[in-house]
Formats: sequence, structure tokens, C-alpha cells
Amino acid sequence: MTKLFEVPLYPYKWSDDQGAAAPVRHPVVIIGAGPVGLAMAIDLAQSDIPVVVLDDNERVSVGSRAICFSKRSLEIFDRLGCGDEMVSKGVVWNTGKVFFSDRQVYAFDLLPEEGHKRPAFINLQQYYCELYLVERIRALQAEGKPVEIRGGNRVANLQNHDDHTLVTVETHEGAYNIEADWLIACDGAGSPARHMLDLDFVGRVFEDNFLIADVVMKADFPTERWFWFDPPFNKDQSALLHKQPDGVWRIDLQLGWEVDKDEEKKPENVVPRLRQMLGPDVEFDLEWVSIYTFQCRRMEKFRHGRVLFAGDSAHQVSPFGARGANSGFQDIDNLSWKLKLVLQDKAPETLLDSYGFERELAADENILQSSRSTDFITPKSEMSRIFRDAVLDLSEHHSFARPLVNSGRLSVPAIYDGSSLNGEDQVDLPARTRPGSPAIDAPLGKSWLVDSLGDRFVLLGFGVEVPEKCDVLGVQIEGRSLPETEIGPEIKERYLGDLEAAVYLFRPDQHVAARWRDFDADKLAIAFKKAIGKGEQSA
Amino acid sequence: MSRQGIGLNLEAPDDFYADLLSAHEGLTQQESDALNARLILLMANQIGERATLKKLLDAAHLKEVVGE
Repeated sequence: MTKLFEVPLYPYKWSDDQGAAAPVRHPVVIIGAGPVGLAMAIDLAQSDIPVVVLDDNERVSVGSRAICFSKRSLEIFDRLGCGDEMVSKGVVWNTGKVFFSDRQVYAFDLLPEEGHKRPAFINLQQYYCELYLVERIRALQAEGKPVEIRGGNRVANLQNHDDHTLVTVETHEGAYNIEADWLIACDGAGSPARHMLDLDFVGRVFEDNFLIADVVMKADFPTERWFWFDPPFNKDQSALLHKQPDGVWRIDLQLGWEVDKDEEKKPENVVPRLRQMLGPDVEFDLEWVSIYTFQCRRMEKFRHGRVLFAGDSAHQVSPFGARGANSGFQDIDNLSWKLKLVLQDKAPETLLDSYGFERELAADENILQSSRSTDFITPKSEMSRIFRDAVLDLSEHHSFARPLVNSGRLSVPAIYDGSSLNGEDQVDLPARTRPGSPAIDAPLGKSWLVDSLGDRFVLLGFGVEVPEKCDVLGVQIEGRSLPETEIGPEIKERYLGDLEAAVYLFRPDQHVAARWRDFDADKLAIAFKKAIGKGEQSA
Repeated sequence: MSRQGIGLNLEAPDDFYADLLSAHEGLTQQESDALNARLILLMANQIGERATLKKLLDAAHLKEVVGE
């Protein structure tokens, strides 16, 4: 059977730009057709912003790679028009088992909060995620949306100018130049763009190697997540087993830093370990094996003039907690609407500095969480090992110790506390939906709250009448009033708390911009100006 | 940082001390270290409140005069 990742999905094609007498100017050029770059392209194309994606490859990524897509990512995919494809293919698991040394210490059932359209996360091979994103781009192209993926186009050089970047692209038919008003570098952890612009990638916190294997089981095997601390088949390290679609199981073996990668990757070394892990009677085929190396760090600034970095090119964390790709989607979720407003001359360029502030904050949070997980999983001192083992030993007998067990804290969207875009807050409303927070989903009539927000500014009146349309500074704010009869217990708990009514202004990335007890047109205008970077302080 | 001392709260200090020592009797250093770690975690859970736990961590560091 031909594997998905063996088929060229966006094969090289001659572009008219290659024969142009002078470099053709494009409003937005994205480097990298990975999940983050593709998602960014969809977001812009949906709003009719012309966008070109350059990638040196012609096909989706090999092997499973990123496999865990969080609820927030699924909500972003819904906004981008491909959430259903991801969720119907993805695997949802509910039972997790934790092993310590040679025994199981406990099992748990995930009890995600009720009243959300999407599950807490799904498992899905990265190549499927990329496939559905490419298919979505094809559908947009069929509708006449201005989006192009140029496979076999390797960016060879970048030259920074005040109002654009000159991009030199190499193809097997020769090199050509284009100009980008805005350049979005989604070219991964090794980011050639970062090197070409001679930018830093500092603050290395720690580094590690993982052996990653996709295994096809020949018989039934439970849909559970198994995590091992210090197992006999991987002494002093960790191991993870996860179910993926198509009967493929993903295995992550932590190797530590000082290893011979080529030696570890050899099937004669991998297979015996896996046999020890899965038990002697489990028949399996090894589909793919790779060594994944990471260093935990981030760029000091994600915006460099007309060049913006998103996803792994800007920040890298350990895989524990699935904070890599998921934070990349939140990056573009944050960046796209700002870039759209700047391109439409509705917001100042400085609005893009808030992309840096908000997503650098998120990266710090991800690095902190991922460092804590790593400290638990790979104790750095004798005493931290003693405590780690004590937690695991206690967890077998006492449920209080289980929340201390840290095998990764699953990616949740960052709350942009302290952002200059945040407007007024009515502090006696629930803290979890304060300005800067992502919208928290809830049933809304026969539909869902997050789905109803879409990708524009929305004013929601919960038990308060708000105007259907407000025009502030040439931007339309869509208003919707929910009568008290439509306010279910989830909306009440998540958006009202002890109050009877409230008005929320949501940004196009579905984060809360401001909230009040009542509707006031002047207050709305002030908050809106702030949310698009035209507030007094950020002017 | 609070300069307030940590007052006596133990019901039967001598008995507790004897219980603590006897819990460690016959254990190797490694087993004793593990027992202590489990005990700290159990006690921390019993206390619960983060501010109190931080105060106790400081006191254990002999950071301030733990007084009368």
C-alpha cells in the first residue's frame, strides 16, 4: 500500500513569478507547508488575503510526529473549516495507565468538563492533519480564494527591507526572486529563515532525545494511554504508548542526551525493547522509527519588522504535554486577524507587536510547564528522584498523590494577562473568562458558543440587549443578544457567575477583549480601539 | 516575609518523636530517605494551604528566627 506521505500532495509547478522581469510583490508569503504554515494560509485566504506558501518538499511529513491535537486546536480547525475531518478521523481515549518500574501504579478515567463541542484532545498522525489542511486549501482554491502552495520551492536567501523582504527561491528549474510585504516563517525548529536573518534562538533550558516509533498491532490492543516512569526496558527514562488511527500505535522512548542515535534507531535494538514493553505475545510491525531531538528554548522576539515567526521556528518545548504544534496553531490564530487588519489599513503595524507580547508569554508558560514535567520525569538530583519515587509509590495507594504525578500537562490555551489589547473588566464575573482569556465553549441553543463567534469581532449580550451592528473605525462588530431563556447552566457558570447579565466583546481569535455589566457604546468604542492597537497607551 | 514564629502545636511531642524514630528503625539509609519523602508529601497534603507550606519550607531552611 502506498503511504500517504509517499504521494506528492503539492508537486512543483512552474509559476509565472519565475519568468517575471522584476520580482513580483505578494502581500503575504509563508515559508513552510507544515501544519502551522498551512493553517495560517487558510486563515488569510478565507478573508481573501492573497497568500503564497513556499516549501522545499512536495508532500506531507513522514511518520506520525505531532499526534495530540488539543481542544483549542480543534476549535481553530473549526474556524478554518476542517475541524470535522480531523475529529472524525482522530482517536479519543479516556483511560490512562501509569506504570512505575515494573508495575502499574494506577489507572484513571479522563473526566473532561461537559458542555464542549470538541473533546479535550484527539490523537491523529501529523500527516493526516497536514492532509486535511491541504484539502481545505484545495477547496478554497476551487472557490477562487487567492492561495497557492508552491512545492519544490526552497527559500535560499532573505534580504530585509523596510517595507518588504526580498525572497530568493530555488527550484529544480532555477532560482527566482519574489517580494513579500509580510513574511511568515513557519519553517520549523531548524528554521533556515532564522539563520538567514541571523537571529537568535536563545535560552536553552534543556535538551533530550526521543526514539519515536509507529507500530501496527496485529491483534486487538486497548485504546489507552500508557505512561511508564523508569521502566525495566528503558531504565531511568520514560516511555509512552498512544493509540492513533488505522490501528497504529505510537511509542515514545526517552533516550537522554548522551546516546548514539544511529545505533538506537537500528531495528535490532528497537524491536527487543518494544517486545519488552508490549509483552511477549503481542505481534506487531514496525512502520516507522525516528529519533527526535529537542532543545527547549524560544526566540527572544517573534516579530522582526516585516518578518514574523510562528510555531517551532519561534519556540521549542519537550513533547510532554503536546505543547508544540498546538501552540503553533494558537500562534497563527493570534497573528492572522492582526495581519488582516494591518493589511486592510484598519489597524497600525504596531498591533503586530502584541502578537509578539502575547505569544512570547504563551511560549514562556509552555516552557515552564514542559520544564516541570521534565523535572518530574527525569529527576536531576538524588533528592528529586527520591521525591519523584515517593509520589509514584504513594499514588498506588492514595489518590491525593496522583495530581502530583507529572507526565506532561496537556496544552491549554494561554490567557493573555497584561496584554495592552485587553480592555475593561467587570471583575465580579468569572475569572476564567476575564479579558485575555480564550472563549470557553458552551451549548448555545442547538449550536455552540465558540462556533458562533467565527473570525470577526463579536459582541455578545448575555441577558442584555446589544445592537446587531456597530461600526467602529470602519470595522463592523457583530452583535448578538441572548435572552435569559437561552442561557443554559454552562453559560451561566462560565460567563455570568453570580451576575444576571453581562456583555462580552470577543476578538477574531475568540479571546475576550473586554466585558461589562451593561452595554455602553462609548465603552465599547474605547475597548475596541484598544483591542486593535489604537488605544492611548499603545498608540 | 512573615517574621512570625511557628508555635508548638504537637499534642504529645515526646510520643511523636519516639514514633518518628521507631518508624525508621531497621531501615537502610535509602529506605529511610524514601519514608521521609513519603511522609513529607502526606503531611503537605494534610496541611494543604500553599502559603503555610511556603512558610514551613522557609522555616526548614532556618531562614528566619523560629521563635517563641
